[in-house]
Amino acid sequence: MTAVTTEVGTLIGRSVRHTVRSIDATIVAIVLPVLILLTFVYVFGGAMQTGTEYLTYVVPGIIVLCAAHGSAMTATSVNHDLTTGMIDRIRSLPVVGASLLVGHVVASVLRNLVSTAVVVAVAVLIGFRPVATPVGWVLAAALLALFMAAFSAVSAAWGLLVRGPEAAGAISFVLLFLPYVSSAFVPPETMPAVLRGFAEGQPTTPVVETLRALLLGQPVGGAAVPAVLWCTGLLVAGIAASGWLFRRRTS
Amino acid sequence: MAYTIAVEGLSKRYGATPVLDGVDLHVARGGVHALLGPNGAGKSTTVKILTTLVAPSGGRAVVAGHDVVAEPAAVRRAVSLTGQHAAVDEVLTGRENLVMMARLRHASRSAARATAEQLLARFDLVDAADRVVGTYSGGMARRLDIALSLVGDPQVLFLDEPTTGLDPRSRRDVWTAVEELAGSGVTVLLTTQYLEEADQLADRVTVLNEGRVAAEGTADELKSRIGGETVQLILPDLGALTAALIAVDGQGRLDESGLSLHVTTDGSAGAVRDLLQLMAARDVAVERVAVHRPTLDDVFLALTETTQEVAA
Repeated sequence: MTAVTTEVGTLIGRSVRHTVRSIDATIVAIVLPVLILLTFVYVFGGAMQTGTEYLTYVVPGIIVLCAAHGSAMTATSVNHDLTTGMIDRIRSLPVVGASLLVGHVVASVLRNLVSTAVVVAVAVLIGFRPVATPVGWVLAAALLALFMAAFSAVSAAWGLLVRGPEAAGAISFVLLFLPYVSSAFVPPETMPAVLRGFAEGQPTTPVVETLRALLLGQPVGGAAVPAVLWCTGLLVAGIAASGWLFRRRTS
Repeated sequence: MAYTIAVEGLSKRYGATPVLDGVDLHVARGGVHALLGPNGAGKSTTVKILTTLVAPSGGRAVVAGHDVVAEPAAVRRAVSLTGQHAAVDEVLTGRENLVMMARLRHASRSAARATAEQLLARFDLVDAADRVVGTYSGGMARRLDIALSLVGDPQVLFLDEPTTGLDPRSRRDVWTAVEELAGSGVTVLLTTQYLEEADQLADRVTVLNEGRVAAEGTADELKSRIGGETVQLILPDLGALTAALIAVDGQGRLDESGLSLHVTTDGSAGAVRDLLQLMAARDVAVERVAVHRPTLDDVFLALTETTQEVAA
């Protein structure tokens, strides 16, 4: 067991160093969501009718968008390890196969929690007033971490499946698209029936709803269970697929 | 004799395409063995099977006393692989790369640091130890790559085309590093497309062509099989070409592209002089002379012709 802890710890350390040293990528990961936040609040915000102040409505959505975007970057880093032979090298070691992927996923969660904190801080600066209880904050952070882990694991599997960095990066469009067609920016009731069905049936809507309730101190209601089930399901599927691909893919 | 690598009848198919077709290979302990062949000959596939990255379709391979299919974990503990592209982490420093690899082989923190220190010194990377690997030259990155492979004292080291894409100076650096390994007791299997490299580094050479062993022996044995160097006589016209061919009793190869005749010699200055004197004696006006050392193309041409004759 200690051997596995050393392996995982070493590889998490590696991925964290990557994040810190690829400072340009990290800045993009933080600046982009902040720009999206400002765009939605000041450009689209005036026209939005969501029943509450739009800033209050949209911040939880922006947080989820930011988490989805940041998690998608895992695909590129895993794919880089595949194409540069790092995965072959690590597989030829007596190392538990999942360690490298756990390293990527954990580092991704840590990176995204930091960029999320920055987004929340900017939101507070421009007038967002969360009223979450301490327990609410902890639950919100835990749900976000689970969401990030799930999307990162799915991205890792994608990164192992495809052949090059461009294809690996393409998953960010899919993961970025999901929050747009959810309750993140506008209530799904305003969408056409087909889109509305999709918005209400996909994973980001219950996550956004639960996060919104937690941050605004409202009753969490029925969204929490599907949110946790979706994230856990995607996490398990992502890990299983990554593990299977890891044993088979080679540069 | 006990072999560190013993391969019998190894085959690999991807769909209907055979990549390896009954390869036999035996490498003695502590030896440096080269797998020589062009792209697509099956060199990398052989290495991937022997390092348990890919499962064979048939045959048997035993590495360091363990069957690659039945005991992959035991094989992995005994071997180390340096792939075609330097599998070094460009974002980390040289030292961090080495410490990471040692930690992944379950060394303690202090032991990992000591190993890193020792390998940095051995591969002449002390000055660059704390620089990010992205700033290394190709030769430095490859030396670090080989150093990384030695973390954990593997019994068998696989080097898959260790000098492909390197400039001549870096290639020489890598050669020096491999030569030093040879004395250390580790068994090395390297793949290469260059006869010169196999000649320089390996005790024995196996020539692979289209997934089969075309020849096996020492580099000298292989070179003698293809008859050393060739002298190319470039002649002014067809008459001279015919006269030259008659002068060597037909023991030459005509160049399809032009008016030239290739004659196999032992490569000595005396042999070239004798040939030119023979031409002068027969009044054959030779325009120019070129001496060609055997290239991999020649080796393959010679060896594949031989195997076709045997098969026929």
